[in-house]
Order: sequence, then C-alpha cells, then structure tokens
Amino acid sequence: MQTVKKIYVSLIFLFLYAPIGTLIVLSFNASKTRSKWGGFTMQWYASLLQDEVILDALTTTLLIAFLSALIASVIGTIAAVAMNGMKRRTRTLLIGVTNIPMLNADIVTGISLMLLFISIGLRFGFGTILLSHITFNIPYVILCIMPRMKQLNPSVYEAALDLGASHITAFFKVMLPDLMPGILSGFLMAFTMSLDDFIITHFTKGAGIDTLSTKIYTEVKKGIKPEMYALSTIIFVTVLILLFLVNKTPDKKEKTN
Amino acid sequence: MKKLLPVCLGAALCLLGGCGSDTSNENIVIVYNWGEYVDPDTLAMFEEETGIEVVYDEFETNETMYPKIENGAAEYDVVCPSDYMISKMIQNDLLLELDFSHIPNAKSNIGSQYWDQSRTFDPENKYSVPYCWGTVGILYNKTMVDEPLTSWAQLWDEKYTDEILMQDSVRDAFMVAEKMYGYSMNTTDPDELQRAMNALIAQKPIVQAYVVDQVRDKMIGGEAAIGVIYSGEAIYTQYENADLEYVIPSEGTNVWIDSWVILKDAPHKENAEKFIDFMCREDIALKNFEYITYSTPNEAAKALIEDDEIRNSPIAFPDLTQYDNLESYTYLGEEADEVYNELWKEIKSY
Repeated sequence: MQTVKKIYVSLIFLFLYAPIGTLIVLSFNASKTRSKWGGFTMQWYASLLQDEVILDALTTTLLIAFLSALIASVIGTIAAVAMNGMKRRTRTLLIGVTNIPMLNADIVTGISLMLLFISIGLRFGFGTILLSHITFNIPYVILCIMPRMKQLNPSVYEAALDLGASHITAFFKVMLPDLMPGILSGFLMAFTMSLDDFIITHFTKGAGIDTLSTKIYTEVKKGIKPEMYALSTIIFVTVLILLFLVNKTPDKKEKTN
Repeated sequence: MKKLLPVCLGAALCLLGGCGSDTSNENIVIVYNWGEYVDPDTLAMFEEETGIEVVYDEFETNETMYPKIENGAAEYDVVCPSDYMISKMIQNDLLLELDFSHIPNAKSNIGSQYWDQSRTFDPENKYSVPYCWGTVGILYNKTMVDEPLTSWAQLWDEKYTDEILMQDSVRDAFMVAEKMYGYSMNTTDPDELQRAMNALIAQKPIVQAYVVDQVRDKMIGGEAAIGVIYSGEAIYTQYENADLEYVIPSEGTNVWIDSWVILKDAPHKENAEKFIDFMCREDIALKNFEYITYSTPNEAAKALIEDDEIRNSPIAFPDLTQYDNLESYTYLGEEADEVYNELWKEIKSY
C-alpha cells in the first residue's frame, strides 16, 4: 500500500514538473531547436541580460502585477467590509455580481474592456493594462477576504468602539489585523492572476508596450527564443526559493514563542 | 471628503489614460508587425537617419491583429498583414491608397513577379508593398523515404503511415487537397470542397499529427519523414539537419506574401511612407533578410547577398515564372469562411 501511494504521488509530481524540467534543460541547450542537444551553454542567460526588449517586458509585467494587486487589495478590502455590513439579501446579490467576471471567459472581458476604453477615449498603453488588471483582480481579492470576514467576531469591533476608539481607529487596530491573512492571500492571488494573464492584456495594450506573456506569444511564428527559456527558469527558481522561505518562517516563530 | 473622492479618481484616470490626447503632432511612426519580423538594428538606423521615433508593436496571427485594427484600439500607421488579410482589409475599407512617388524604393527595388503575384489580393497594386514571401511545400527526410517526393498525392501513400505531418490550419490543410485535385485553393464550389474534405478524411489515418510550428522541430529530430512546411522554415531546418529536402509539388502551391500597408486613418501618414521606403532600401532589406531568413522580394537586396549558395537557392528564391499553378490566398468572405470552418471541424472530429 505504501509503495502504491508513493508511486501515485511521484506520478503526479512527474506530470506537474516534467514540462518545467524540460524547459530548464532547454535553457542550457546550445542549439536553438528542442530536438537537438548542442552542448551545455550559459549563453542564453548572458544574452538575456543584454536583451532590453525582454527586460522591459519583465519590468512592465512585474510593475503591473504589483500595482494592480495592491490597488485591487485596497478596493477589494473596502468592498468586503461594506458588503459585510449589508443585509443578507443584498450581500448575496452583490457577491453573485462580483463573481460573474471570474466565470466570464477572458476574451469577453478583454474585448468589452477594449470597447469601453475606446468609447471613453482613453489612450491605450500602460494605464489601460493596469486598469483592466485591477478590474479582473478585484473579484479574487473579495473572494479571499469574505470567508475571513465571516469568521470575525463583531463583538470585538463593538468593544473597541465602546472603549472609545473611533470607527477608523477601530478598523485599523482591530478589524484589519484580523483580516490580514485574507488580504495577503487575496494580494498573492491577484498578483499571480495578473502575471498569468495574456488575453485581456492583448486586447487592452497599446502600441510599443508588452508584458512577458504577450511578448512570448508574438514569437510563436518564428519560434520562441531560448532567452525566454532562461528567463522562465530564473522566474521558476525564484518562486521556488520564495515558497521555501515562506513555508519555513512559521516553524521558527512557533519555536521562539 | 465625499466630494474629494470622485475628483481624485477622475484625476487618476486622466493621468493613466493621458486623457485621450492624440499623438498626431508627435514625430513618430507606429508600426504593427509580426513577432521577430524585423532586425532591431534597422529600426535604430531609421530613427537615427530620419529623427522619427519608431513605436514598435508585434502581433502573432492575422486574426488577433485584425480586431485591434478594425476597432481602432491603438492608432497604428504601418501594418504588415498577409495576403488574404490584406484583401479583407481592402474590402472593409481600412487601407490607404499608397502614393508611390513618396516610396520610390518600392517600385525600383521590388521584383515585378512579386507585384504580379500580389494582384491576387491587391488587384491594382494600390495598397501594399511586398516585404517577405515564401512558398508552402513538402519537407522530407532523404534517409527515411526511398524515392524523391514531387507531388501532393504522395502524401496519401500508405507506406508513409504515421510519418506525415500536416499543417494545423484550415486553409493550409485544404490547400493541399485542393491543389492535388487541380482546383483553385480559393475555391468555394461545394462539390470541390466536399471532395477535398473526403480526401483529407481518407488521409487522416496515415497522418502522424496536425501541427503548427512543431513541424520544424520534429523534422530536425527525425520524428517524422514528411512534413508540409513554409519555405522560410525549410532553410533553417536544412541548416540543422542536412538530410532534409524541400520541394514545391508539381501540382502547384500557395505563394504567401506579407506586405506593408498604411491604415486609412493613420495619424502619421508621411512618416509611414518614409518608413516603408526605408524598409525597401536594398541595404536595409538585406539586413532584414539575414535576420529573418524569409525570402525577400527585394531584387536589389538579393543581388547584394554574398553567399552564392543562398542567392541561388531554389528554396529561398524559386523562379516563380517556371510554375503556372501558383496562387495566393484571398479573403473568401464570411459565408465561405464559415463553410471552410464547418468542414474543417468535421475532418478534425472524424
């Protein structure tokens, strides 16, 4: 039984990580084609650092992801607090409405945002990408915060008010710390959704600005450049290290406590 | 406090969107081209020589490019679509009639055979300037087949079961069957289409896979013996694997052309003309040919290629006049498009 379990788990991991493994191996391949091993090389990593176009796209991607996640978290938190204070029926209705964009196909969201921006006469560029990313991020943030909200004990907030705190102080000192885990996971969720997005960005971006996903996709016709393998490898390893660090810290805290 | 919020939001929106200010007064040209389809050095040279800043943007397929242009999402000046898409854009009145007196290099450097070929989608040569072109043909591995391939019909030979790679796109797949029967690849005749579909269904059991850009890698790796491929890719695959041979089948094939066009409501028309003219200059066209490796219609640039083998390569520069059955795709209209897509679905699900 134990061996069966182990085989099953390793199979799952194999399916999950084999594609990424292939990509990492290819990033060290001196030959440009995937079906020929041209020897080990670091040249793609070197040329990556000199490729301004790719680095520009990377900066844009990270900036958009960070800003949109941050702004969406703020708006989403405010929305969640407000929704919590509503009557049951209006609340369910509102939650339903905010859930629709998540179920909606990306291409519909993308095209409708594009048409909206055209009709109000916005100029396509960094701003329109950011606006649309904030838009599709908000539902995810609300989704992460609402369950946390329900676990809150309303008496604590009321107690703070009784003890003389203003609404604002009570919110920042009492409510917000309790909500923080939800907000954080909402932020991370929004950040990854934004990093991931291709189709909405494609429709709302202007000339001369690219995120990594749109940049990679334009290379399809001529074959993807190995520099992209190198970059993806770096991103993967960074995320892996970050995950290890995040998962390690709670243990230490508990021990010191 | 309550009044402040909308004001702040409005201000933020304006900042983000640049308040919709237009760019027509700036000295720039906005180019929308295929990914990896120009040598970045030539863009820098253009900026240096003319002082016009190039805002460069890329697309991946004609189909994703089209809605952005049609809706006027971004104000592009110069675009580089393919043949059938150009005819669609002409039909929908999106393109500007070119003033060739401002683009002298186009008429003097680009070979007459390419202008003739362009007439299939731009009947009076009024809207487009050819930039890259190529053919679709059969790539085969000499060590894996025992006879030279010369015909589309050989792709139906059962001895090549599981060795054939077909292109995974409606028009390219139908083209193979249509040309085998000697039909036009722009046919809309229901009987001809039905026959082409039946042929493709009959061929399906011996086809290894319908693929797009994997043809290149699979052929280099020897994972298949025969593949339908674009000539520009064929040169690269031969460079990686010397056993590969490319032929234009005797029944004729598709000649595709990607051409520069200027949009009707381009905000910087003069700069756009200058840009196209610059791209047609022989030294620039040569630089781009070396970077992209797709065939250039620029005869003056071709004369500058130092390597005899490439200059006389029958793959990169086949003599179009020696075939009388070459065609280019044209836009067939919405109805015919739908018919093609329906039949294609039937083939794929068979």
